[in-house]
Amino acid sequence: MLRKLFKFHGGVKPQTNKEQSTTTPIAPVPLPDRLVIPLHQSVGGHPRPLVQPGDRVFKGQRIGGADGNLSSAVHASTSGIVRDVLPAVMPHTSGLTTLSVVIEPDGEDRWGELDRINVRAATPDELRDYLRDAGVVGLGGAVFPSHLKLKPGKEGSLDTLVINGAECEPFITCDDMLMRERAADMLKGISAMRHMLQAREVLIGIEDNKPEALAAIQAALSASGEKGIEAIAIPTRYPAGGAKQLIRVLTGIEVPHGRRSTDFGVQCFNVGTAYSIHDALEHGRPLLSRVVTVAGNVKAPRNYEVLIGTPMDHVVRLAGARHDTDRYIMGGPMMGVRMPAFDVPVVKATNCILVGSPALFPPPPPEMPCIRCGECAKACPADLAPFEMYWFSRARNFGKTQEYHLFDCIECGCCSFVCPSHIPLVDYFRFSKSEIWAREREKEAADTARERFEFKNLRQEREKQEKAEKLAAKAAATREKVAGETAAPGAAPAAKPGGDDAKRALIEAAMEKARQQKAQVAPKNTDVTNPGVQAEMAAIDARRAALEPPTETPPPAGQA
Amino acid sequence: MLTALLVMTGIALLLGAGLGFASIKFKVEGDPLVDKIDAILPQTQCGQCGFPGCRPYANAIAGGEAEINQCPPGGEEGIRKLADLLGREFKPLSEEHGVEKPKSVAVIDEATCIGCTLCIQACPVDAIVGAAKQMHTIIAADCTGCELCLAPCPVDCIAMEPIAETVDTWKWRYPVFQIRHAA
Repeated sequence: MLRKLFKFHGGVKPQTNKEQSTTTPIAPVPLPDRLVIPLHQSVGGHPRPLVQPGDRVFKGQRIGGADGNLSSAVHASTSGIVRDVLPAVMPHTSGLTTLSVVIEPDGEDRWGELDRINVRAATPDELRDYLRDAGVVGLGGAVFPSHLKLKPGKEGSLDTLVINGAECEPFITCDDMLMRERAADMLKGISAMRHMLQAREVLIGIEDNKPEALAAIQAALSASGEKGIEAIAIPTRYPAGGAKQLIRVLTGIEVPHGRRSTDFGVQCFNVGTAYSIHDALEHGRPLLSRVVTVAGNVKAPRNYEVLIGTPMDHVVRLAGARHDTDRYIMGGPMMGVRMPAFDVPVVKATNCILVGSPALFPPPPPEMPCIRCGECAKACPADLAPFEMYWFSRARNFGKTQEYHLFDCIECGCCSFVCPSHIPLVDYFRFSKSEIWAREREKEAADTARERFEFKNLRQEREKQEKAEKLAAKAAATREKVAGETAAPGAAPAAKPGGDDAKRALIEAAMEKARQQKAQVAPKNTDVTNPGVQAEMAAIDARRAALEPPTETPPPAGQA
Repeated sequence: MLTALLVMTGIALLLGAGLGFASIKFKVEGDPLVDKIDAILPQTQCGQCGFPGCRPYANAIAGGEAEINQCPPGGEEGIRKLADLLGREFKPLSEEHGVEKPKSVAVIDEATCIGCTLCIQACPVDAIVGAAKQMHTIIAADCTGCELCLAPCPVDCIAMEPIAETVDTWKWRYPVFQIRHAA
């Protein structure tokens, strides 16, 4: 059946460089000396460590619990002993550290008890929770937790489930090899996803430079006999593997600014994710490894099944890095980011380790002024005007960049690729995006601070008022008491009505109290037996008595 | 002549009534300019500007009693934004009010703290937890780094620590290219 395909705007055709790494099958990687598994691997929170140094872990044991629902669990990739739980350099351009679990493998690769689930009997909610705890995330590069995407829209069903096997970025062939070798299992995963999403049809988009993968999927499809799933060859044009671009090509739907594809009944998953969902649901195995392409400046580019946490240089050594290697890039040449070190671990987002050298990726020529030729706008698959956004990013006018929809930029690199002035446009956009995020965080913090400051002022005001009220109430109570006391004996001068009089009564009562207290206090040094001292004391007391007005209370004891 | 006078008076009365009604109906509570200035200020509530908090400073700016360059935490960018908003000339940060510092949080050395509660009373955003003769600690997420708790502490157990960069707060740098000498 011939299907009408659509075109997305722009795009480029860089040299694919995919042939080198597809000549040999996916190879296993021997266990490294130690695995460093970062706990923060997907968006949404930092999973908390569930193990301590010295603990014995089994393969597949959960070592990081999902931190909230927008998060995903992390597991031990092999059995061994936890050597440390410490911040370690993560595979991120910044070179910053994140809390990681260091495991020394014992070489036995022993599975722990697997937490199985009955896919047929479980409800979709149970399946989603299960996938979250199995650490299944999108393996296309964005590592978004898959369980969050496996929710049908408001209507309870989905029109189209798009499976992304386009793999448009040069050098990367991990999805290609996975489709060639594991098509049948992948299809089972796709069926499970289709069931969870209640999708009417499934479209598997594969770029037409991967005929072997397409044939393998089609063979598996006809073997399974499942209806409503179709594998479609799409024209090879970068970035056909972008979710929005692939949806456009396959369904003709253009997802507008500020909307999601699910609003139009479409959801998109990577083929690798489909395979790991099958692995989790069918065998109870959490996401412990992934296929990684090692390409670029190596003798034998190839795909490897790599355990999460394996140091990158351990894998690259198998492919034989050349001597002039000066950097590793995670991802492809268009969107990949340079790694801060050679021994950073492979994580769930690592689809490719691109080994770089000055000869293979020469330093970019100096940036020249923008001549406003408009090539970038022609190439932009998101229909943006990169030269405008560049201009405002450069001037740090972030409000304006957002007016030109900076956040619709998918950072595919087409604009930088075509720019005749060699302007690293994507670098400017990334800079702008992170500055805007930082400002938003600051704004939020300022709002909280303002609220708390105002509340504190309010509280202090209220406390002051409460204190004044309490004092007033106490004064009123004392006044009443005094009034009662003075009225009963009738000894005091006849109380005249009025506040002035009440006040006087209060003062008098207080003075009376003070007098009584004073009278009760006897000098404490009266037990002196020395007659000389006693005589002196008597003289002092006599002098004091003469000075003070006479009182009705008896004179203090000790007087001679 | 009389008709003309009546018509004019009528119109005047009508318009007057309309204006009177509008002034009651569409009365603006508070000063919207103060809100706009307050939104730009960093809400540190540190008082370095010489006013007890950001809002009073915003009031003073709006009333023309204060310069726009008295807020060190807001820094140069804050001054630029205020200058833009108010149509005033940009001025560098006034030195007598302090210098721009990296964002920090206060940290209490809990072993030294004697539980005097003085810092709790000083904190403008209630970001210190503790009770009399109990150890105090700072809620780092709510601390604005205003340094108002440093002075009252009788045992000097509070220190300011710059906020470390994490993966979540890391920013892409402004693209800069080295100019190489031609060989």
